[in-house]
Amino acid sequence: MTAATARAPRQALPGLGLSLGVTLAWLGLIVLIPLSALAIKPWSLGIGGIAAVLLDERVLAAFRLSFGTALLAAAISLPLGLLFAWVITRYRFPGRRLLDAMVDLPFALPTAVAGLALTALFAGNGWLGAPLAAAFGWQVAYRPAGVLVALVFVALPFVIRSVEPVLRDLALEGEEAAATLGATRTQTLRRVVLPALAPSLCTGFGLGFGRAVGEYGSVIFIAGNMPMVTEIAPLLIVLKLEQYDDAAAAAIGLAMLVLAFLILLLLNLVQRGLRRGRA
Amino acid sequence: MSAATDDPPWARRLLIALACVLGVLIFLAPLAAIFVEALRRGLEPALEAIAEPDALAAMRLTLLVAAIAVPVNTLGGLAASWAIAKFDFPGRRLLVTLIELPFSVSPVISGLVYVLIFGAQGWFGEWLRDRDIQIIFALPGLVLATTFVTFPFVARTLLPLMQEQGREEEEAAATLGAGGLQTFLRVTLPNVKWALLGGVLLCNARAMGEFGAVAVVSGHIRGQTNTMPLHVEILYNEYMFVGAFAVASLLALLGLVTLGAKAVLEYWTSRPIGMGA
Repeated sequence: MTAATARAPRQALPGLGLSLGVTLAWLGLIVLIPLSALAIKPWSLGIGGIAAVLLDERVLAAFRLSFGTALLAAAISLPLGLLFAWVITRYRFPGRRLLDAMVDLPFALPTAVAGLALTALFAGNGWLGAPLAAAFGWQVAYRPAGVLVALVFVALPFVIRSVEPVLRDLALEGEEAAATLGATRTQTLRRVVLPALAPSLCTGFGLGFGRAVGEYGSVIFIAGNMPMVTEIAPLLIVLKLEQYDDAAAAAIGLAMLVLAFLILLLLNLVQRGLRRGRA
Repeated sequence: MSAATDDPPWARRLLIALACVLGVLIFLAPLAAIFVEALRRGLEPALEAIAEPDALAAMRLTLLVAAIAVPVNTLGGLAASWAIAKFDFPGRRLLVTLIELPFSVSPVISGLVYVLIFGAQGWFGEWLRDRDIQIIFALPGLVLATTFVTFPFVARTLLPLMQEQGREEEEAAATLGAGGLQTFLRVTLPNVKWALLGGVLLCNARAMGEFGAVAVVSGHIRGQTNTMPLHVEILYNEYMFVGAFAVASLLALLGLVTLGAKAVLEYWTSRPIGMGA
């Protein structure tokens, strides 16, 4: 009875029907119905037809490139992201605020603009491409390495912004206690700080990977888009649509979503294990 | 800071130097490259590329698309945050997950889904053709795809704030006899106005800069269905590099202005506004 009287005034606030109605119409019309088309369309090909599309050599190569480089980019972003988050939260130095603002640039730059910029930088005569070629003989643009560079650019801010708030709120007492008990700084970092950051690193990895695997604009300029070598999965969707093969495009799109979802699910389980390990 | 939690000075200096060098290389160099490439042959050719009729048409189209997509998502985001933060009903967590779903979908897929529905071979393809209505390769398709990719921005900026603020003020207003709309306009909206502005700015920046989703639904018809990012691509593919980078620097400026406005809003409200994560 007390629960009922406590709840009664809450729901007395008017407007639930209208706001929920608007929400559901907005969500249904823009997101859910269109996405259901993606789930339905591929089956017009039949199981065999879908398998034929997905097992095509060129499609397999594109999936390997997209998922492989996205995972690698997210992995590279972990130490880099940790470095930026650490320096931004723990140290005070001139230019710190500027560095903090810079980190958001990949979020703020439209993807096509980022793609053009990275291509200019890493082309054979670019500011970074020329020295890399001269010093190591590395070519980045129009190679799988170019795809990787673009994906690190888009994934890195997700890791930084996931770790940063946790690092800021992390009480220094734990580190102090460890130091008092005779731990060296390295031991403290490895045994106290890193485990506390692990779940947020995991979150950042997942967000960065999720963004990188579907990335299009930042990649297609620097990739060169050579079939079997530097062709990403989203580009194949575009090519299938240009050939008016909607069902094949949908099959590739659906497979990308399902595969990415499975990887993120796995990551979620790892993260839960990490949280439990700490508790 | 105590000595126990301090890193040795050499390590601190090394890490700061490393972060600054990498920060300049990773984040600043691409930004600088855009403006340098745009001005490679001086200011005049860059300005000419921007003032060219096709470029102006692309700008108008980009503004028009954003002018439709952003209000739609603002309205939806406001309704969703209000419903989820101020009421109890089953499935609220699922609703939040579904609202954030577009962020985990590739931009290309965001455009693809509308082709599957409204394209020539789509669910309504024949019906639309018989009535001479064009959605794909036309303005409605661009608006739909843009609305999809910018869908969660306003909701995700507002919702955490509204949940933090709770329901007491609205309930007090309702008890005093205010109607739903009155409560919303007089109590809720003033409480969240800066977060709302932040969400709208981020939504707008993404709407104007979106590339992958609109690339799929635009027919790339110059002067007609080319938004600014698509115009950049066409110029680049035609080796008109100065033009491509000139239009790209306008888009980069839009991003910089958005970042600046975000920083100011965060300073005023001392609350972070999440950008992409």
